[in-house]
Amino acid sequence: MTTVALLLGALLAAACALYVALPFLREPAPAEDRLDQPGTLERRQLELAEERDRALAALKELEFDHRTGKVSDDDYRELVGPLRRRAAEALRALELRAESREERVRAAG
Amino acid sequence: MPELGRAALAVCLGLAVYAVVAGGIAAAMRRRRLARSAQNALLAAFIASLGAAAVLLGALLRKDFSFVYVADHTSLQLPKQYTVSAFWGGQEGSLLLWLVILTGFGAAAVALNRRVETAVLAWVVPVLGLVTTFFAFMLVVVSSPFDTQPAPADGAGLNPSLQNPYMMIHPPFLYLGFVGLTIPFAFAMGALLARRTDERWIVATRRWTLFAWTALGIGQLLGAHWAYVEVGWGGYYAWDPVENAALMPWLVATAFLHSVMIQEKRGMLKVWNMLLVVLAFCLALFGTFLTRSGVVSSIHSFTQSPLGPWFLGFICLVTICSLALVFSRLPLLRAKTRLESLVSREATFLYNNLLLVALCLTILWGVAFPILSDAVGRGQITVSAPYYNFFLRVFGLPLLLLMGIGPLVAWRRASLRSLGRSFAWPAGIALATGILLLALGAGSSWVGLVAYTFSAFVLGSIGYEFARGTRARRALAGGSWSSAFAELVARNRRRYGGYVVHAAIVLLAIGVTGSSAYDSVKTQKLKPGQTMAIGDYRLTYRALVKHEGANATEYRALLDVRRRGHFLETLASGKNSYRAEQQVSNEVGIRSDYLTGEDLFVITDQINRNGSVDFKVLVKPLVNLIWLSGVLFLGGSLIALWPSAAEQRRLTARYRELRAPARA
Repeated sequence: MTTVALLLGALLAAACALYVALPFLREPAPAEDRLDQPGTLERRQLELAEERDRALAALKELEFDHRTGKVSDDDYRELVGPLRRRAAEALRALELRAESREERVRAAG
Repeated sequence: MPELGRAALAVCLGLAVYAVVAGGIAAAMRRRRLARSAQNALLAAFIASLGAAAVLLGALLRKDFSFVYVADHTSLQLPKQYTVSAFWGGQEGSLLLWLVILTGFGAAAVALNRRVETAVLAWVVPVLGLVTTFFAFMLVVVSSPFDTQPAPADGAGLNPSLQNPYMMIHPPFLYLGFVGLTIPFAFAMGALLARRTDERWIVATRRWTLFAWTALGIGQLLGAHWAYVEVGWGGYYAWDPVENAALMPWLVATAFLHSVMIQEKRGMLKVWNMLLVVLAFCLALFGTFLTRSGVVSSIHSFTQSPLGPWFLGFICLVTICSLALVFSRLPLLRAKTRLESLVSREATFLYNNLLLVALCLTILWGVAFPILSDAVGRGQITVSAPYYNFFLRVFGLPLLLLMGIGPLVAWRRASLRSLGRSFAWPAGIALATGILLLALGAGSSWVGLVAYTFSAFVLGSIGYEFARGTRARRALAGGSWSSAFAELVARNRRRYGGYVVHAAIVLLAIGVTGSSAYDSVKTQKLKPGQTMAIGDYRLTYRALVKHEGANATEYRALLDVRRRGHFLETLASGKNSYRAEQQVSNEVGIRSDYLTGEDLFVITDQINRNGSVDFKVLVKPLVNLIWLSGVLFLGGSLIALWPSAAEQRRLTARYRELRAPARA
């Protein structure tokens, strides 16, 4: 019984070691072995996209709260302007980035 | 087969260490294959821990007393279902359950996020590996479930209190909650280590926290019901250190689930949220330390062990390292927006956070006080129920009120006029309820009266929110009221699922208040044929019967119960004398009235030689609402947990813009 248990234990250890080594066995000499990580520019773009989505979601919520009566007409008028401006600014910054990226690609090509 | 169990645990430990070292190097040096290999190590660790668990379970089911653990926690007479629950009835088994759940959650987190977020996940793996290493090390070196001995003829049996159906599910739920809090912690630390504080980690963290929080909440309610029907003292929560140990991380996770919304909607409170995630995880570890170390005396702590110093050391290491990491990343966590008004939804969330954390810290102080007083040489000075009850009122009642205020207030700011319009109906309902209750005599307990008035306010505000939301949705999209209601909930599951959970908390508050502020207790010695009265009930003691059960001798006192002259039923209450364990347990008699939510609760305090019995009888109004609240709580949590297609689409589109792979 002890021998069987030890054999099974060894088998488990070997199977686990094989599974852990699998990425190296599958790709012994890959052309690229770097982790995919966004650079500074991409991170800034992500921040802007988050800012845009947050402003758009807030606008949607404000509209709905206004319809339900939770937000009065005066509050709505006061709040909607800055939110629209924030969303527009984020959209404009994202567009500018997209344009400059296209220009860089064209210049490189 | 103990060798196989030991081997599986050693393999698991080796894999966890590899995940820490290889995962850390891969994340720091950005090595893709090494990172993938470390992820595979976590997945394989789950298989190895499952192997160890299968060996222990097999030994329990075979009643193989050559395993010290099996001999210490089962006996030949122990029914099969409790032989299974003996897996977590002792220290080594429950640590193994921790490890299995931890590696299972780790494997799930890796599998679900492999293609989503390589940068953060690369750091999540070594953090998870570190926690796994600690628990695997404990099981391999300090407290092994696979120690062997020459097999005795019979085992010592299982603690009688654990021989209850609730013990089949209560501990696993608590463990799902405790261990589940590891994943948000790992994602938070991973995000900080990767210097990524965008929404992706928040989404992953929020879902896992919600899951762990739900499991912890349900686990506590199951535990409360176990205490109610099994421990036999007439209550369901005794502010016991081990009960508090589960409550504290739940309170902090509740605070996080609210404050994380402020981060998502306003980009604020990033540092606070990080600290809450760290605190919740450290409290989960502290809870396990309390249960496992035997450092404080508790009816729920079934073991005394040398694990305490190890746990304390690990908790200190985790706290210091994670706080150092949070403070080193402060510039990344700085908010770009500020609180616009003290009368806004985010402000109410902030007040709720402060109250929840204050309640948690006062409970922590009460739990830690015996340890601290012992450390300074004054012996273990235990903090008793009045301390906790006082702070529950001080912080709990405003929290209850805030649950009603929050939904009525808009984000950013709210004018007096809109507040007046929103508050009119709920406040009117609350006022009417308070006056009615006062007229009905509920003024005998001012806490009860205030709690019920606030509860009415919360229920009024939830109902009002559902009503005006449905009306607005119907005005927008047309259709029937029911389809507008369904669409309202489907479009914002988190908000409306949250409201259902709030309703469940109100039911809980009503049940707790009713059964504690308005209950009645009477003790009386009765001889066969004699009668006692309590409230509207009259109980006549008929006879004492004896029955030989599978593993215990059962004594039951039979009482005929009448209410206002009508016979209701014959209630049996008594004691079990367990043969193998040589222990006696109280077996209470409970008559539930599901229409009023009231229980008649009979404890057989003492069976006397002359045939008389000392009874303790309690009438607990509305106590069944506590258990009902669990069903509602689970329903609301599931609604909030259900993945949002709109959120998936938004995240996918955002990452597609970056030309990065995206799938949540």
